Amino acid sequence: MITIKEYVRVKTLEEAWQLNQNKMNRILGGMLWMRLGSGMVNTAIDLSELGLDAIEENEEEFSIGAMVSLRDLEVHEGLNCYTNNAVKNALKDIVGVQFRNMATVGGSIWGRFGFSDVLTVFLALDTYVELYKGGIVPLEEFANRKADNDILVRLIVKKVSGKVVYSAMRNQSTDFPVLTCAVSNVNGTYKAVVGARPAKAAVYYDKENRLINGETEEARKMFAEDVAKVANTQSNARGSKEYRTHLMKVLVSRGLVELGGLDGN
Amino acid sequence: MEIKLKLNGKVVTGHVQPDTVLLDFLREKGCLSVKCGCDTSNCGLCTVLMDAKPILSCSTLAVRADGHEIYTLEGLQEEASEFVGFIADQGADQCGFCNPGFVMNTIALLRENPEPTDDEIRAFLSGNLCRCSGYDGQLRGIRAFLDSRKN
Ligand SMILES: Cc1cc2nc3c(=O)[nH]c(=O)nc-3n(C[C@H](O)[C@H](O)[C@H](O)COP(=O)(O)OP(=O)(O)OC[C@H]3O[C@@H](n4cnc5c(N)ncnc54)[C@H](O)[C@@H]3O)c2cc1C
Ligand code: FES
Ligand code: FES
Repeated sequence: MITIKEYVRVKTLEEAWQLNQNKMNRILGGMLWMRLGSGMVNTAIDLSELGLDAIEENEEEFSIGAMVSLRDLEVHEGLNCYTNNAVKNALKDIVGVQFRNMATVGGSIWGRFGFSDVLTVFLALDTYVELYKGGIVPLEEFANRKADNDILVRLIVKKVSGKVVYSAMRNQSTDFPVLTCAVSNVNGTYKAVVGARPAKAAVYYDKENRLINGETEEARKMFAEDVAKVANTQSNARGSKEYRTHLMKVLVSRGLVELGGLDGN
Repeated sequence: MEIKLKLNGKVVTGHVQPDTVLLDFLREKGCLSVKCGCDTSNCGLCTVLMDAKPILSCSTLAVRADGHEIYTLEGLQEEASEFVGFIADQGADQCGFCNPGFVMNTIALLRENPEPTDDEIRAFLSGNLCRCSGYDGQLRGIRAFLDSRKN
């Protein structure tokens, strides 16, 4: 477990940002990933009094504060109605209910973890992150940046027309996934998001226009093959490179079949 | 740092280090049902209720509980006594080490969803690990309790 010399419940984001400019200080999300480390933290910066634990919904978007727990997302009616339970499906196998009551969406997205179900599902939607200094950035761009000393304030999910499906393969329920996969059609654009390759989730577009004339079985298969060709995989303790590539084709095609059966927004 | 919280209905205060975890604080206050079974936030043995939600006390800083309400099994004996007998009757407990975490999370489950299906029970309790059993005994016990309530 990490050691912590000081703990501050900040009163403003500016105070948090100032403290976070010192490399020895760390923002606390749910602290679940962070505590696995063994380093020393000078000041642990707690954002829990800044009101960042709410999910707000209006006609145009969902605004999700950085301190919202994974469990609150999992059981949020509006978000699950909009995503046809894709958000719930992505989160429900992460360790356990108690864990998801603590793990935050801010820490999960900030971490840009290779195995992340959270990053995978939000990349499939029209999602943006709001950074305290960096402003509003598309999630896809943020996911490819290196971590700096900014603060993730909230996630914004635009309510555009579209539909999304989530699935992941686990060797055992609640273990880290072997592969994560979300397939969506957002504003008419098809995306396949594949993570835990074991590299971080990345977005693959239908560049060859396989699906442009409808989701036929042949078109689905070709798109899945395209994705598997460009999405590099590696072996680790959970699965081999070849197995992952095979899984990818299966999960992308299955996702597309399911997507075809949905009404969409 | 000084902290003040409500523990099992009573106000308690204490002095903690910035990195003292809630689990250690609670054990110091005599709540010995709260145990540590892993160091990766995976096993659920350390489950307590914070503001009525089940959380892992091994991974929560004690300072973060300042101003909040915590319940451990010591404070929920009556609620637990309604169903623990049914689980014991199924022979679910072998070494019994995982039991306090299971009981705490079952309390949280039944408060949120008084009539869960088997799959809902499995999903809610999936973060409670047991080295000895195959989880079937616990499931049968909870089911027997729920059935007994209906009759
Ligand atoms: C045992 C274990 C199993 C897991 N299994 C899975 C799994 O199967 N699938 C999955 O998707 N995830 C899994 N996770 C990851 C988990 O879901 C969370 O994503 C992870 O714990 C980070 O969330 P946190 O709130 O705990 O963040 P922390 O651990 O508190 O923070 C993570 C990092 O982000 C920084 N940070 C936190 N919040 C902010 C902010 N608002 N602004 C800037 N920086 C910030 C912190 O300083 C830290 O560097 C697992 C984690 C553990 C420990
Ligand atoms: S002791 Fe294992 S999850 Fe807390
Ligand atoms: S009965 Fe031994 S760990 Fe569950």
